[in-house]
Amino acid sequence: MKTFDISSREHYRNKVFPSPFHAHQAALNENREWSRWYDYLSVPAYGCETLEYFAGRNTCGVFDLTPMVKHRIAGPDALPFLDRLVTRDVTKLAPGRVGYSAWCDDAGRVIDDGTIFHLREGEYRLCSQEHQIDWLSINARGFDVEISEVTHDIAALALQGPTSAAVLRRMGCSAVDALKPFGLAHMDFGGTELAISRTGYTGDLGYELWIDPDRAGTLWDRLFEAGELHGIRPMGSLALETLRIEAGFILAGRDFAPALQTVRQHNTRSPFELGLGWLVDFRKPLFNGRRALLEESRKGSRWALARLDIEDNKPAEHAYVYDTRQRKIGWVTSATWSPSAKKNVALATVRAPHGKPGEKMRVEIYYQRELAWHRKMAQAVVVEGPFWDPPRRRQTPPADF
Amino acid sequence: MRRHDAIVIGAGHNGIANAAFLAKAGLDVLLVEKNDYIGGAAVSRNLHGDWIYSNCSYVCSLLRPEIHRALDLAKYGLQVVPYGGSVTLAENGDYFGSYPDEDASRREIMRHSPRDADAAHRYERDIMRQCRFIRQFLLRTAPDPASFKPRDLLELLHIGRKLWDLGEDTIADTIRFYTMSIADWLDEYFESPLLKAAYAGSGIIGSALGVMSPGTAYVLLHHAMGDVDGTAGAWGFARGGMGAITAAMQRCFEAHGGKTLAGNGVARIEVRGGAVTGVTLENGDEHRAGIVVSNMTLPRTFLECMDPKDLRPEFLEKCRNFKIRGSSGKLNIALEGLPDFTALRGNQELMRADLHISDSIERLERAYDDWKDGTWSRDPYVDLLIPTLTDPTMAPPGKHFMSVFVQYVPPKVRGKDWTDADRDGFRDTVLDRIEAHAPGFKKMIAHVEVRTPRELEAEVGLTEGNIFQGELTMDQLLFNRPIPGYAQYRGPVKGLWMCGSSNHPGGGVMAAPGANAAREILMHLKKPNTVPEGWRDD
Repeated sequence: MKTFDISSREHYRNKVFPSPFHAHQAALNENREWSRWYDYLSVPAYGCETLEYFAGRNTCGVFDLTPMVKHRIAGPDALPFLDRLVTRDVTKLAPGRVGYSAWCDDAGRVIDDGTIFHLREGEYRLCSQEHQIDWLSINARGFDVEISEVTHDIAALALQGPTSAAVLRRMGCSAVDALKPFGLAHMDFGGTELAISRTGYTGDLGYELWIDPDRAGTLWDRLFEAGELHGIRPMGSLALETLRIEAGFILAGRDFAPALQTVRQHNTRSPFELGLGWLVDFRKPLFNGRRALLEESRKGSRWALARLDIEDNKPAEHAYVYDTRQRKIGWVTSATWSPSAKKNVALATVRAPHGKPGEKMRVEIYYQRELAWHRKMAQAVVVEGPFWDPPRRRQTPPADF
Repeated sequence: MRRHDAIVIGAGHNGIANAAFLAKAGLDVLLVEKNDYIGGAAVSRNLHGDWIYSNCSYVCSLLRPEIHRALDLAKYGLQVVPYGGSVTLAENGDYFGSYPDEDASRREIMRHSPRDADAAHRYERDIMRQCRFIRQFLLRTAPDPASFKPRDLLELLHIGRKLWDLGEDTIADTIRFYTMSIADWLDEYFESPLLKAAYAGSGIIGSALGVMSPGTAYVLLHHAMGDVDGTAGAWGFARGGMGAITAAMQRCFEAHGGKTLAGNGVARIEVRGGAVTGVTLENGDEHRAGIVVSNMTLPRTFLECMDPKDLRPEFLEKCRNFKIRGSSGKLNIALEGLPDFTALRGNQELMRADLHISDSIERLERAYDDWKDGTWSRDPYVDLLIPTLTDPTMAPPGKHFMSVFVQYVPPKVRGKDWTDADRDGFRDTVLDRIEAHAPGFKKMIAHVEVRTPRELEAEVGLTEGNIFQGELTMDQLLFNRPIPGYAQYRGPVKGLWMCGSSNHPGGGVMAAPGANAAREILMHLKKPNTVPEGWRDD
């Protein structure tokens, strides 16, 4: 059953709708604060944001993922369709595996990034930040493929953190032992199929659970029962934001402007300019943006994504970035103090060829002390990879904590 | 008889804006108006009981914010309040609405086509690219491409550079956009017939073209390039009716020493020795000035208010050829209560929006077919609003003013002048159409003012009743508006200037032609410029 009905013209009476987990979220939402994530109510923080963050790094946290845009792609041509759509080689994605990718317009500018779930032979799920049904339909011409948006047909939870595997084991999910990162398993959940993928947006050990919205409440209950002795805690979007920046993951609409919605074309980015060059596979003879990206790989990119390790502890949100000769070369797109790495970190957009690992930069940080504003030109260095990358993220079978 | 520095003919928004900018620069300006009230097409009229009508233009978006500030219109009493949304009623009893809330709007499109909800982003992106391009040229004088004067060459280069900045794809789109029909343009994005009908309306308002006619995509842009408080494409109400805009401009003009004579039209613009000397009013009074600025339409200025012997035949021929075809009419209705539109089921949010009843591209095109046949559309396009749901100043509590813009309405009925019987027939056609969607509506009517092109020409002075003072088609835009070689507000006689919407950048309550003309006049007189120029954005 769908989580809510959009076929009624009366929908305007509600500008936002409860997720299938809403009753459970409301009971735990001590702050009584809600935010909007497309069609759904989302929780910024149930209680203390810091405790929720540390659940994700120390025990485990549960985040309602239902609002994320989800598409079902099936049919005989599902694979060739996806392979032409995205930049990476989808033929290597076996059933029961999940792959991260980006997809571009003809000019090689990134429309969105997301994950492709190969649910079973010939059936895929594409999860994205933005709605994509129009773009997918344009791309589907000539392919024998069925495409539909299934956002409201699937309830989803992210269970992230070092004790997440233990919680699932206690819940009777024996498949977690063999499940490698980006693996996908199915289990019976009282007559309903529960899909479990070892995926997430925190760069740590973690899983995402997918189920029929009718069973959402039961899943939440079972999860919290099983997790009681493993430090389980609901987690809001603020904690998740810190976790994903620490992991070095980018976010559409924050770290890059999705090409299909960007009025000023110079504000769009290519996969290379977002540090996603590793997802571009030129061995494929045809995919969206191939020609433009090939040219870019020869001529060089205009922008680069830099992961910055910044001195001191003042978060560098909205800051300009300069080179060591004080020339403005870009700006910070996401920033946080990293409680796990104990570093002041940021993702930044800088003009290429700046942004190489080891390069020193300056970040112009404005910060407030007792209402008074101060400015600091902080030193920063470009680092490679995630700011926080624990071995347990890849360890299979996963440990209990 | 006193001699003035300048006489401005026509106290519409462009005329007053022009006069105010000239007065601000220290000129002694006389504003003359044929009606005994000022405002032209931006008026608030009390014609029945306690109701106030915006009886010509009825919503505000295009008024350039730079002019709003430069003339201190807020200080002089102008408030523009945004209204949200739009709704198109369908014959099957459903509707398609746009809400101020982005997510609600997306869900509403999804209700009709999930794909279109997503395509709307692409559509809005592309429209916004065109808006950003054109806005830069609204408060600038168009270059004369053939003059080879340094100023014109620089301006041409400026336009070229801005076009080049758009990038390859958008340059191609720009050419396509200015030459395509709105129906073809919408087909490139959307599949829902109802949604296409809803979006297409802006492509025909004020134009004697059909949704399938090339050039109507640009007309849509003309309606989307405005903003309210920086929200691009948003529309609002001038509090107190559209007359609040001209009233505020008039206060500014008077505060800078401007004088106004209302109640007497100009019989003739006087020329002696190849230069204007002033005007003679209908009552025979003469007023002298070395500068005469006409806010009247191009044909009215040169074919009706000047001696043909003072003008070159070729120029007069071009005035005759200027496309200024009437296509619309207006019903201003005083209501004793709030009508109940069956399909809306009491949706208060969409009641405050602009409302439409043509639910397909084909119906819109057939409405145009009637115009070609020389009659008003039997199934007309209407842009219907109830400003009193937003503005508390225009009717007593519980009573309402309904503004109904109607298209298509021809300037003549099957080649003959409009009669009162024709006008009543037109009125009944429109009222019956509304009644069909809102049973009981007619019983609430306290008063109706009907304006066909005949009334728009006779009362407002709009030739043939064309609300834009001339078609907004590619052949009459930028340096071709109104006539090639005359796009810089200078008339064909020394001292004669033009500041109406017949000139670049065209119609709508924008005040840009009036402002641009003032800037040119001041530059010509080597006076300090009081007029904002250009548009700044990243």
